Amino acid sequence: MEIKEIIKTFDLTKVYGKETAVDHLNFAIREGEIFGFLGPNGAGKTTTLLMLLGLSEPTYGRAFVAGYDPVREPLEIKKVVGYLPENVGFYHDLSPVETLQFIGELNELPQRELRKRIDELLTMVGLSKDRYKKVGAFSRGMKQRLGIAEVLIKEPKVLFLDEPTLGLDPEGSRDLIELIKRLNQEKGITVLVSSHNLQQVEEISHRVGVMIMGRLIAVGSMEELGREKLGVGEGEYSLEELYHLYFEEEANERVRTHN
Amino acid sequence: MRGLGPIIRKELGDHFSSHRFVILFGMAALVAFMTTYLAAMSLKEALEGSSRPPFVFLMLFSTPGALFSLLQFVAFFGPLIGIVLGFDSINRERVQGTLIKILSQPIHRDAIINGKFLATMITVAIMLLAIILVVTGFGLLILGVIPGAEEVVRLALFYILSLFYIGFWLALSTLFSVTFRGITTSALSSFVLWIFLSFFLPLLGDVIAKGMTSQEVGSREQIELLIKQAEIKETIELGSVMTLYTKSATLLVDPSRKTASNIVIMGAMEKFLSSRFKNPLSLDQSLLVIYPYALTIVALTILCFGITYTIFLLQEIRT
Ligand SMILES: Nc1ncnc2c1ncn2[C@@H]1O[C@H](COP(=O)(O)OP(=O)(O)OP(=O)(O)O)[C@@H](O)[C@H]1O
Ligand SMILES: [Mg+2]
Repeated sequence: MEIKEIIKTFDLTKVYGKETAVDHLNFAIREGEIFGFLGPNGAGKTTTLLMLLGLSEPTYGRAFVAGYDPVREPLEIKKVVGYLPENVGFYHDLSPVETLQFIGELNELPQRELRKRIDELLTMVGLSKDRYKKVGAFSRGMKQRLGIAEVLIKEPKVLFLDEPTLGLDPEGSRDLIELIKRLNQEKGITVLVSSHNLQQVEEISHRVGVMIMGRLIAVGSMEELGREKLGVGEGEYSLEELYHLYFEEEANERVRTHN
Repeated sequence: MRGLGPIIRKELGDHFSSHRFVILFGMAALVAFMTTYLAAMSLKEALEGSSRPPFVFLMLFSTPGALFSLLQFVAFFGPLIGIVLGFDSINRERVQGTLIKILSQPIHRDAIINGKFLATMITVAIMLLAIILVVTGFGLLILGVIPGAEEVVRLALFYILSLFYIGFWLALSTLFSVTFRGITTSALSSFVLWIFLSFFLPLLGDVIAKGMTSQEVGSREQIELLIKQAEIKETIELGSVMTLYTKSATLLVDPSRKTASNIVIMGAMEKFLSSRFKNPLSLDQSLLVIYPYALTIVALTILCFGITYTIFLLQEIRT
């Protein structure tokens, strides 16, 4: 079976002033996989997502998402990609139903279809009994679940989730992780998820990418990373340990080039 | 344009359900009613027994009730409406994290700025129309006058001019909400600029005019000096949108005014003619006098919104 790449970048680069946030990024994401995006704060994960969506213009390089160039056809990409930003915000005066209604209208969904989807999604994320409450009174977890419903209303082919479990309690995180897995398995949605929670990433991702200082220093499945790094198979090392190994090497490298 | 419809609908809903709008509208309506009521009563008294001059209906707008006329009220309060409804339109969404969410939907980026501006203008238009209709009602009830055809046209032009005037301040406060991240900063900047352009500039004009002519005291006739001072002052004041508006709006609703200039600068003949109610200007004569002023207001509004629009479209999302 041929593997279809739904996202691909070619030397994708973003420079802010003197700082290079993303540095000649080359990687691909396969259709139907869950890709975990790892890296310390300021590594350039969010910047990469913004460039893939056409929300931020690359300084150099190109990318393709679902066959479209984000610079030239951002609208086509936004039709098929659901993006949950880190620290997503909400209109406090609207209810979940009104919020979803608004997002659905922006996606030009027909009214009848939209109403059906709102019902289904609110049930799915467990907000149906809070459907007419104002979002301003929601807890962090409820907001995050509403955020998930928002990105799903357009029935996306790809999901970009930027630290979706940040600030959620263990049970909330669990539920969200289960939901992501289910969406991937049942609907074949490709997921690009960034997170600082290594265990979670390890659990759901088919492949992971480790980004440091704007550069992707490792890409592959857990097994591949383990083999490359240590010559051993999966199971003997957790992602956490591998992550630190990569991190140390990167730091040593930096010290060497500095001297 | 993709996304324009839903954004306008949402913004309209936000405006009409906000406390801010209710307070603003309540205040505007209250002051407008009181002003027109007092104006109508004093007009009624003044017209008692004498024959009706033309354009009595329009006088409801230009006659001072207690302290000011309805026109002066719009000149003063209009900018506040524009500022209060616009100073946080973009930066609030940026700060609360909803801007990026809307931008990641399949809509054009300009739909956001256009939609917000249009929705607020529709809100303002409804507000102003409601007030004008009530004034018309007062005219009917207290004075028993029905606006004639020319009065309706003049009033419609006044309405459009007022919308552009308020639109200028809305565009300006939106500009600050696009450029400044802080909501307090954008509010303060708008108010400071409003106070400067509306109150300090005329004051400054006075000071500069006196300063520029100070050496000439004594070397000229008093009257010439006064005229020169007034000319300088007027030129400087043209930098104030409020002055531009007051001048052109006055000529629209008061056909007996022959010039946009102060009494001092009027020629002797004009002064002679300006005795009230005599030979009002025809509509096209009025338009001829006001069009440079009115056109400047329209141009300023379009320019200001154009700048806001361009900056918003080119802006980096994360700032
Ligand atoms: N508007 C901006 N102007 C200047 N520099 C910026 C801007 N936005 C981001 N950066 C820089 O780009 C780099 C990458 O930031 P980015 O937000 O992509 O990191 P991240 O991997 O998402 O980090 P985190 O895990 O903290 O979310 C950082 O060093 C940041 O300082
Ligand atoms: Mg980030």
